[in-house]
Amino acid sequence: MTQADPQPELVWERLHPLTPLLRGGKFFLALAAIVGQQSFRQDVRPPAYVSGLTALLITGLAVLAGYVSWRRTGYRLTDSELQVDSGVLTRRSRRVPLARLQAVEVVRPVIGRVMGLAELRLEVVGSGSAEAPLAYLSESDAHELRARMLARSQGTSSESPVAPDEARVLVVVPPGTLVTSLLLAGSTVFLGVVLVAFLITAAISTDIAMAAAVGVISVVLPFGSALVKRFLTEYGFTVAETEGGLRLTRGLLDTRASSIPDGRVQGVRIIEPWLWRRRDWVRVEVDVAGYAAGQGEQTTSTALLPVAPRALGTALAARVLGTALPPAIARVPDRARWRAPLSHRRLAVGLDARHLVTTSGVVATTTDVVPLAKIQSIRLTAGPWQRRLRLASVHADSAGRRLKVGSARHRDQDEAVLLVEELSELARAARRA
Amino acid sequence: MTELTWLRPDRGLLRLRRLECLLYLGLPLTGVSAVIAYVAGSAAGVGAALLTVGLVGLALTAVERRFHAWGYAEREDDLLVRRGALVRRLSVVPYGRMQYVDVTAGPLDRRLGLARVTLHTAAAASDASIPGLLAAEATRLRDRLAALGEARAAGL
Repeated sequence: MTQADPQPELVWERLHPLTPLLRGGKFFLALAAIVGQQSFRQDVRPPAYVSGLTALLITGLAVLAGYVSWRRTGYRLTDSELQVDSGVLTRRSRRVPLARLQAVEVVRPVIGRVMGLAELRLEVVGSGSAEAPLAYLSESDAHELRARMLARSQGTSSESPVAPDEARVLVVVPPGTLVTSLLLAGSTVFLGVVLVAFLITAAISTDIAMAAAVGVISVVLPFGSALVKRFLTEYGFTVAETEGGLRLTRGLLDTRASSIPDGRVQGVRIIEPWLWRRRDWVRVEVDVAGYAAGQGEQTTSTALLPVAPRALGTALAARVLGTALPPAIARVPDRARWRAPLSHRRLAVGLDARHLVTTSGVVATTTDVVPLAKIQSIRLTAGPWQRRLRLASVHADSAGRRLKVGSARHRDQDEAVLLVEELSELARAARRA
Repeated sequence: MTELTWLRPDRGLLRLRRLECLLYLGLPLTGVSAVIAYVAGSAAGVGAALLTVGLVGLALTAVERRFHAWGYAEREDDLLVRRGALVRRLSVVPYGRMQYVDVTAGPLDRRLGLARVTLHTAAAASDASIPGLLAAEATRLRDRLAALGEARAAGL
């Protein structure tokens, strides 16, 4: 280390001692699956004890390697950054500035829950790769560390760790509502239609049905598993208000608790699927800057609220954005129907000193909100067909990467140019506010 | 937008684009026509040659129109970049939002003394990039943007 240690009195802490076991256990499960699969094959079949012993040996080695790496991994939280040192052969020393912290998530995988372990993931602006998730900590440590990091990232109370349960619950999504909302989702309806069609075919001719079975399965499987996954991840969705922002807790098997600090939201989307309209339900999604630290597979989901009555949804959106939203009232000219025949009725824009609101949608109505203070750049585009109709689209780009919000499509050409001017003026003012 | 002065890429960009057109479109098509003439007789060869000339001509006009569509203007607080002949685009990037500036020049660009200046913001969709600047102008623009960006930097 070349720099002098600014806070030498802080000790390096270790991850939870059960970490190597849990990691090794995961490895063992994967191996067991492979071995199990192999033993079903007839052609090459080593005796069961050979493959079993091999699996055990490899797992033992993995646990040993895990132990060594656990010994060499340490973390500590200073006033301004989280420091993580790790690596056996190649040492890696990570410094995550807390001022850049966008969100923190505590993930508890099923096995980890049994053992009382949790993983801490960080979201930082512009980090393309994994931001050294801390896996695994004891649950209480994880929650305490998160609370301390969030408190420091907000610049409040540098000492005295915030009690982890200082949260005021705002919304709990009842399981019944979640199930109903999923049953009324577009993909469920689609699945139902496919299955009914299949059954009718089967009733008429078994041969055709058999031939079509593979195709049907390949359609049903991804849609079905997506629905099941949504149920598992969004089960027991709870939104609570804490000192520095909102906290979302959710999940049936793996539970996740993520925090959205105030003023870090890059965009909000309110979706109203067609079949939910009778119940007046909406789904609210948010986007923060940066990638999910875990990267790869399960990045942080965008849901702020999977399903809720409209009033509640808009209130929560307003809460997360700071102020009430302006209504989107400026419609597109009638001639836009030649360019967007299905959605032109829903295309509208609303603007005030803080937010840009756009609506769109063919079947579901989508309302997108971009805080003007978060706008990175503004673009105007006009394709050949649009120009013939004297239309143009205006895009306000923010740093969020999961939701594509901020597109006001098919406005009148002159109005679009004015909108660009107005947006850049207002965004400049909002940035300085 | 009254006293706005639009600056344009150097004329060399047009030369560069024409060169690329001939190199990457004209040359292969000529080769293909020659093969066609050899295999399928002179009538087919003449047809292919005519088609080649037509396509290259079309590409050259497109290149010309796109060159004339390029423009950029430095305002007090933001940079404007306009481009595109078929799909017209205008980008407004506030200096304070700039994360970094790139100056890039490929082998052909360097031959002609040209460079491209690209502005990067935290948003993936921002696409403010100006090709075909003379090296001196590219350096000037880069330094000016970097200085302005530093002066007006804002948090995310």
